[in-house]
Amino acid sequence: MAVSGIVILMQIHVDAEKCQGHNRCYALAPELFDVDDYGNAVVIGDGSVPPELEDRARLALANCPEFAITILE
Amino acid sequence: MASTEDFTMVADWATDFDHADPQYNRNAHAIWAELRGTCPVAHSDRYGGTWLPTTHEYVREIAYDTENFTSRGVVVEKGLPLEPAPIGGAPPITSDPPFHIEARKLLLPPFAPKKIEPWEPEIRKLCNGLLDAMVDNVAQGKPIDAAADYAKRIPVNVIARMLGFPLKDEELFLEFVHNVLEGIDDEPEIRIEKFERLIQYVIAQIEDHHASPRDDLTSYLMSVELFGSKLSVEHVGGSIILLLIAGIDTTWSAIGSSLWHLATHHEDLARLVADPSLIPTAVEEFLRVYAPVTMARLVAKDHDFHGCPMKVDDWVLLPFPAANLDPLVFPDADKVLIDRTENRHSAFGLGIHRCLGSNLARLELTVAIQEFIARFPSFEIAGTEDDVVWSVGQIRGPREMPIRVIDNQI
Repeated sequence: MAVSGIVILMQIHVDAEKCQGHNRCYALAPELFDVDDYGNAVVIGDGSVPPELEDRARLALANCPEFAITILE
Repeated sequence: MASTEDFTMVADWATDFDHADPQYNRNAHAIWAELRGTCPVAHSDRYGGTWLPTTHEYVREIAYDTENFTSRGVVVEKGLPLEPAPIGGAPPITSDPPFHIEARKLLLPPFAPKKIEPWEPEIRKLCNGLLDAMVDNVAQGKPIDAAADYAKRIPVNVIARMLGFPLKDEELFLEFVHNVLEGIDDEPEIRIEKFERLIQYVIAQIEDHHASPRDDLTSYLMSVELFGSKLSVEHVGGSIILLLIAGIDTTWSAIGSSLWHLATHHEDLARLVADPSLIPTAVEEFLRVYAPVTMARLVAKDHDFHGCPMKVDDWVLLPFPAANLDPLVFPDADKVLIDRTENRHSAFGLGIHRCLGSNLARLELTVAIQEFIARFPSFEIAGTEDDVVWSVGQIRGPREMPIRVIDNQI
């Protein structure tokens, strides 16, 4: 959404305590999530989601068995 | 329980269930649905006392609760495991915090997605080799066994290659797996005797790797350090046993159940053949509905669990497949929707013991289905449902599954 000419992007966050490395987010949205050497998920960059990837972010959230992903929009 | 007692059929699943009853896995979905509605934590006096929760909420709660439940025992049997917490006999699956995470960290890197992805070509080749071997029978119109001659052969070959064990010992590995996971009705002394053979085999492999180290998981485990020292032989052997046991029966069952679904639901098979882009969601849906693994815990402290008086050393089954069928969490839970996009299933467990091999299992399952339906785009069960033999015990899947190929691309 655009506010006063500033585009506010959706933000995603992975709770490292909850993530157990199921890798569903990495499989469904590799543009937004990466995995470390232990297979645990990390957000790429600062967690900002370009508008065209918002659906992917929601899909990742809806497929996380551990409820480790949150979205701020 | 008398040591000479023969297996007694179950009369009432709410008060006397036994997952070694051949009717349990065959009718698991109906049994869980019935229990979920009437008795969400069932109890049986068998195996010294066993609890069976069937809702997602309860299964999840127990999986996350490492204070009241220990992983020291993960296969329900008539005796209690000899090895104490927090390490257990097959770390890290039998370990509890805080030791668990350290032992798990050693095994996570070799099973991380980026280490598993390169195995794809080899798995595809393996699947095609197995399919090639079925061609003659198919050409002659004879049935093939998609469980025993296909699903079963894939994970055993992959894990043997990863461990650097002789591929010619395939039948022996399958026997070890059968003894541990399906021989649960054996008396403790017989179970220990059979387990000793597995231990001796693994020790011989460790010695062989000691003499000639190579680039495989066995040498890796022998080289890594935990708390500043190399792992004990017991730890290396226990972890190898875990990989061997947990890596075979489970994936074999998932592949078999998925093919069973396609053999019995022609509309889904036709749709998947026509549109292979549905494979990823179909794989997740098969994992949800036919999740092969029911884990187990031992009660660590006497406590009340939602009105159930749980006592130390009671067994608790953790039926992740039952959790996956809970209508409170999954809309249309009892329907198999191969295009289901939102699927938070717990086929690989929940919490700190998430299946270490989940990335490998997913890859094997995906490739196995892709190659099977590419070769045989139309097939059905040869005979009746009674000709399909289901496993007994905590791992659920078809063990024999005669298939008649209707249309083939050979």
